[in-house]
Amino acid sequence: MARIPLADGVFTWPPEEPRLIGSRCGACGIVTFPAQDGCPRCASTEMTQHLLSRRGRLWAWTTQEFPPPAPPYAGPTGAAFVPYGVGYVELGGEVKVETRLTTIDGLTIGMAMELVLVPFRTDGDGNEVVTFAFRPVAETGAGA
Amino acid sequence: MDVAIVGVGLHPFGRFGDRTGIEMGAIAVRRALADAGVAWRDIQFAFAGSYEIDNPDAMVALLGLTGIPFTNVYNGCATAASVLALAADTIRLGEHDLGLAVGLDKHLPGAFSSDPRLYACPSWYGELGHFLTPKFFGMKINKYMHDHGISARTLARVAAKSYRNGALNPNAFRRKPISEDEILRSRMLNHPLTQYMFCSPDEGAAAVVLCRADRAHRYTDTPIYLRASLVRTRRLGAFEVHSPWLPIEEATGPTVDASRAAFERAGIGPEDVDVIQLQDTDAGAEVIHLAENGFCADGDQEALVAEGALEINGRLPVNTDGGLIANGEPIGASGLRQVHEVVLQLRRRAGDRQVPGDPKVGYTQLYGAPGVAGVSILSV
Repeated sequence: MARIPLADGVFTWPPEEPRLIGSRCGACGIVTFPAQDGCPRCASTEMTQHLLSRRGRLWAWTTQEFPPPAPPYAGPTGAAFVPYGVGYVELGGEVKVETRLTTIDGLTIGMAMELVLVPFRTDGDGNEVVTFAFRPVAETGAGA
Repeated sequence: MDVAIVGVGLHPFGRFGDRTGIEMGAIAVRRALADAGVAWRDIQFAFAGSYEIDNPDAMVALLGLTGIPFTNVYNGCATAASVLALAADTIRLGEHDLGLAVGLDKHLPGAFSSDPRLYACPSWYGELGHFLTPKFFGMKINKYMHDHGISARTLARVAAKSYRNGALNPNAFRRKPISEDEILRSRMLNHPLTQYMFCSPDEGAAAVVLCRADRAHRYTDTPIYLRASLVRTRRLGAFEVHSPWLPIEEATGPTVDASRAAFERAGIGPEDVDVIQLQDTDAGAEVIHLAENGFCADGDQEALVAEGALEINGRLPVNTDGGLIANGEPIGASGLRQVHEVVLQLRRRAGDRQVPGDPKVGYTQLYGAPGVAGVSILSV
């Protein structure tokens, strides 16, 4: 059984010191996630790959306490479903990224968060599919 | 050219077994025609809205094949508002004098689902479970409560009001009052929103007959004038559903833009409105939309709800027919259900749920995926 990423081009791989892969507009500077070819602000096509900060702050959050409809949801359902957090994390003053959160307890807007890769599901070939998520971290160094 | 509404008709909202969406649409149309006192063969054009039914104009097989221009519309959660705006604009432009707007839908139970790629989102976004509207509404109200001091009790009060008003509405899906405590204790779906704070997709249809305002008195003694009917979409920086990312810069949402444009076109302000219909996908959405549409400042909802201002006999009556929470959301019909209710209220024919006094101005707002809003302003 191998560990494989959720999809190509979402985060750096191999998984040590992971970074989310965004894009930055050469004309106006806006940062997007995931990477895209055209700028949603100024309509330029001068987008280049831009790795996002691994740390940031929680901007909004909720919990997902029922299994999403499948498809498109591909994760565990039924008795295997475990409620998870969902939120937007503001990264480096550049962009807010929608993400799973590793806990549903103790979440507060503004808390420091850090990117991690976590198991998501096992695919039909027995591979462990890994996704990005954010977890709360101690205040020191947050937002770097 | 001004536009008047001279007839409204509704097929009840709920669950109706084998009855098709097309059949429900035709029933709503016949009721609207009867209300206006016109025959189907008098109708010069029609727009129909639906999410589930590809060609709602197929209802001509049930109503009569008169050869009129009949256009099908789907525009996300603002489908019904778009149908109304297009029908009204057809008359405003002088193209026709008498026409029809109809919306219908027949959804399966449970949260809406789709292929994220159809919304310009990557496949992995859906595989992860992010392509889902309820958790967006959970995040939006959770942040709003944090920023503006709204309590979970206020959300429960709003939902309880919807069920109470629904109990007074024979066309509603949910007609049983539910207590605030029961709402708070129901299953948590997306913090802070519990099961009874959400509306459900369901079935139903609504129809409106519109005509040139200068001919309205041919059909009715109580024409209701459509002062504005328009749609706006999200701008960069708005906090919207199905957004894998957001920029640092923040912008107000499409509801704010649609509301301001509608008030400007109508030449009146929020203080002139007597009866209000807001998109309450969940109780939090009603709270947020009260401010986004200009009826109060952010945070004032906590006191307004506690004092009963949003009740049928309050100073800002909202969702007098039970809103989406009590009626459910057949997407194509939802906004025309709102117009139906406002027309009844302005005619002072809303029965047990009639707002007191002499209401002269009504307001409707739709909002939803993928970041689209529709507003209409009606007056006697």
